[in-house]
Amino acid sequence: MTVTSAHPQDRVDSTPAAKAAGGKVYTPYSFWFYLPTAVIYAVLFLVPTFASFYYSLTRWSLFESKFIGLDNFVTFFQEPALVKGFTNTLIYAVVTSGSKVVLGLLLAVLLTSRIIGRGYLRSVVFFPVLVSTVGVGLLFQVLMNPERGIINGALGVLGIDGPGWLTDPKWALMSIAAVDVWKGVGLATLIYIAGIVSIPREYMEAARVDGAGSWESFRRIVLPLCKPATVTVIILSLIGGLRSFELIWAMTRGGPGFTSDVISSVIYKQYQAGFYGLSTAGNVILFVVVTAIILPLSWFLNRKEVDM
Amino acid sequence: MRFRPGASGLALLAVCSLTLAACSAGSLGSSDDAGGSGAVEITYLTTNQDQDVKEAEQLAKDFHAKNPDITVKVETRPGGTEGDNIIKTRLSTGDMVDIFNYNTGSLFNAIAPQKNLLSVNDEPWVKDLDENFKKTVTADGQVYGAPLGGFMGGAVLYSIPVYQKLGLKVPTTWAEFMANNAKIKAGDPGVAPVIQTYGETWTSQLFVLGDFHNVSAAEPDFADKYTKNEAKYATSPAAVKGFEHTQAVHDAGYENKDFASAKLPDGLKMLATGKGAHYPILSGVVANMIATYPDAAKTVGLFALPGDDASKNGLTLWTPGGLYIPKTTEGAKLDAAKKFQAFVASPDGCKSQSAAGAPTGPYAVKGCTLPDDVPQAIKDMQPYLDKPGGSSLALEFLSPVKGPSLEQITVEVGSGIRKAKDGAARYDEDVKKQAQQLGLAGW
Amino acid sequence: MSTAELVNHRPGRSYLLSAVAIVSSIVVFIIPFAFIVLTAVKDRQQSADLDFSWPHQFHFVQNFVDVVKARDYMLVIAFINSTILTVASVAGMVVLAAMAGFVLQRRKSRWNGFINFLVLSGLIIPPAVVPTIWVLQKLGLFKTMPGLILIEIAFGLSFCILLFRAFVATIPRELDEAAIIDGAGPLRLFFRVIFPLLRSVIITVVVVQSVNVFNDFVNPLYFLPGDKNATVQLTLYNFSGQFSTQYNLLFMDILLITIPPLIMFLFFNRQIVAGMTSGAVKG
Repeated sequence: MTVTSAHPQDRVDSTPAAKAAGGKVYTPYSFWFYLPTAVIYAVLFLVPTFASFYYSLTRWSLFESKFIGLDNFVTFFQEPALVKGFTNTLIYAVVTSGSKVVLGLLLAVLLTSRIIGRGYLRSVVFFPVLVSTVGVGLLFQVLMNPERGIINGALGVLGIDGPGWLTDPKWALMSIAAVDVWKGVGLATLIYIAGIVSIPREYMEAARVDGAGSWESFRRIVLPLCKPATVTVIILSLIGGLRSFELIWAMTRGGPGFTSDVISSVIYKQYQAGFYGLSTAGNVILFVVVTAIILPLSWFLNRKEVDM
Repeated sequence: MRFRPGASGLALLAVCSLTLAACSAGSLGSSDDAGGSGAVEITYLTTNQDQDVKEAEQLAKDFHAKNPDITVKVETRPGGTEGDNIIKTRLSTGDMVDIFNYNTGSLFNAIAPQKNLLSVNDEPWVKDLDENFKKTVTADGQVYGAPLGGFMGGAVLYSIPVYQKLGLKVPTTWAEFMANNAKIKAGDPGVAPVIQTYGETWTSQLFVLGDFHNVSAAEPDFADKYTKNEAKYATSPAAVKGFEHTQAVHDAGYENKDFASAKLPDGLKMLATGKGAHYPILSGVVANMIATYPDAAKTVGLFALPGDDASKNGLTLWTPGGLYIPKTTEGAKLDAAKKFQAFVASPDGCKSQSAAGAPTGPYAVKGCTLPDDVPQAIKDMQPYLDKPGGSSLALEFLSPVKGPSLEQITVEVGSGIRKAKDGAARYDEDVKKQAQQLGLAGW
Repeated sequence: MSTAELVNHRPGRSYLLSAVAIVSSIVVFIIPFAFIVLTAVKDRQQSADLDFSWPHQFHFVQNFVDVVKARDYMLVIAFINSTILTVASVAGMVVLAAMAGFVLQRRKSRWNGFINFLVLSGLIIPPAVVPTIWVLQKLGLFKTMPGLILIEIAFGLSFCILLFRAFVATIPRELDEAAIIDGAGPLRLFFRVIFPLLRSVIITVVVVQSVNVFNDFVNPLYFLPGDKNATVQLTLYNFSGQFSTQYNLLFMDILLITIPPLIMFLFFNRQIVAGMTSGAVKG
């Protein structure tokens, strides 16, 4: 999300304060508002991150480190699990963020419409967001148990022989993605609801006067004006998907075998094995990959943002 | 259905958070009953496994009874590789507790003992330690740890009632083992010949790791060559057997139906209730099984993983865990920690451990005896230990080389996702990476 | 009447749609929750079956006491710690991020691209554990609650700034101008005029970040080690090893530590609805 809506910012020059041209311009938007944020962020995030960039070039046992140049990057790219992890990451990120956008928007429209039990539905959709990832992982491990879990139990009643959701290599990744959507769609819905209610009422009234139907209003007004919400949901869930780790780790640890490994879990396994330099190198690679996907995307999405 | 906590709810919440913010964290329920002058409290870090916690608390209690001035507070950490990271992070940041429990062998070497741990070379109890154990806690000629728990066997636990019912004999070769499996499958479809529990991946490695006695019987210099990058799992005919066995059991359909999702407790349940016949696992799980199924003390036996040659068949051993003091422990706490360490490495310490739960195998301290009522499975270890050449240490205690992904690979091989040969080759790659990261010569 | 209701301005409610929505919500969301509750009140044997059944006996009190008492009342300590951590760090995040997001959206400068990049980096880069511990040690904040609070703030800022910036964009600039003409300085403009208008997004941020911080277990694990510093997620983590065969206690723990976020949400749920019906940004 580089530059937000262009229109209001153009007007910055027309503010009375800014009209005092040249030299130091008085502005109510003081830079020192950044200061506390910048200090905390720089000290506790940027400094350690730069330190870790250095360690990605070393063989590091936490107790001592030896500079070995780019060897870690070479080793990491030779990691047999990486190719699988890479495709899995992309699939996982696209599937989860796509589902969250579509389901989130649909649910938000549904939950802002005149529907019975709206308060109940809003609460219940958001409920999974409140449960911790570890808790959700434990819960679905039990529910998705191929022999004893209630999901396959229910399918069995319908005469369907359910697969081993988390133990069958074909299903494991998609099962985790489904749980991820289950857990995360409440947040996407919330962002969309906030987006929908911030649409100026006049627009809708005007549309009604013009005789637009529900679908028309949705397509012509809600959809375009929810674009900031869509951008937020896409960016957040895509980053979340590309980096996703906790849920995968809680549910399958990348298994069975290596079949549900994503980049983050490959990195974490290096970290667990005590290959700290190697895992930091993996983090740098992940950072580059995610940036390479997110930055152009966010620039593209924001450029076309409608102004209000 | 809309929820409207009223204004009173808001007020309550505000009051609560104010009071909570005022008091500092962690002042609740801690046991500082050891008042009086000269009282010391030390913290002991162990893993959060049920049995380890029980054992630690028993040790703390018995030690406190002997040394009323010293209180040992038990703190827990996760086990496995997550625990490895916590240990390393805390050591490298100088934030270790006063005394802690950690692995011996290759993992012990990975925490830079020379730099982080207190040498115990001159302590009087060191001379009473088992030689095999001592080697696994020694770095550069210095001993660093006291033994915690007993030796463990990596072996097959089997159901004695199933064996009796079908008239089976304990196998000493792989062919006999598979023949037994065939009979079990034919004899009772309700009994799984081989229990596998890939819901907990570490349990999948035993066909490979527990086979090491047979590997070294066939190729005595395997460990040495392996460290020097001269021997490989994929190319050594003896070593690749472990992977082949893992695959053979799957191909023959001998695994329990839910092998892919079952966890260790499920496996123990099957074994204890006679729903499964064989479970290749570490004997350390026996205590846990008996805590839940007391009858299993008599109905579950143990035999070493069978190899090709009945005359050379023997047991692969894991040494006890180590109890270490970090260099950051000082003053009165250091003295107290040393006393605690000496207590654990004494016959009284062994007794205390036996009181907390069934032992996992013989202790590594001279003068320690196993209680008479040890479970059958632990008794079955003794003949292997008594016979010269009847047991050897697992590879991880003889070589610093150990790849981190073996458990994922054996899950794949045992689930039919990957073939044995391919799995062994993949593991060799994994090992190569680890050796390079350790900076070993010849890789 | 919310603006969105105008989308569906046809008279009457869709009963069919409502019924479908409610039934699917029960299947998808209520049953898993019910499963947690039912398992939490079962006895040990029955909970091991992992099925969706009515408990033979209700062991609520006993399971509750067992979980609370485990490991020297660790859960009680954990609740206190987690509450302090959550309240303090979320309060910090909201104020700091709102200020930063406000200026970032309003003031166009050549630094904006760079600042936006930093904000995104915060979301993208996984934190480096050991160097962070070194920094905390240098500051004397390692193993202290303030240290962990600052960590949570630092790691949570990016997300908050992103949301605040997006919502500041929906506040008409004319409001700023009016306030400035009335003689408001930067602080007064922000805290008196803008901050109150951010109400609905503040609620969103508070809800989301409280849940994140309360449910975080990686950061407390590394930056505030020790049993006396345990947070609620660490109890789950500890118990899942210790209670590996006691699903009833494990699910009781899940249930107990889910209640505070649930209460908080139910509490703010009304605020969200209220914020919405009053037309969030109409000023």
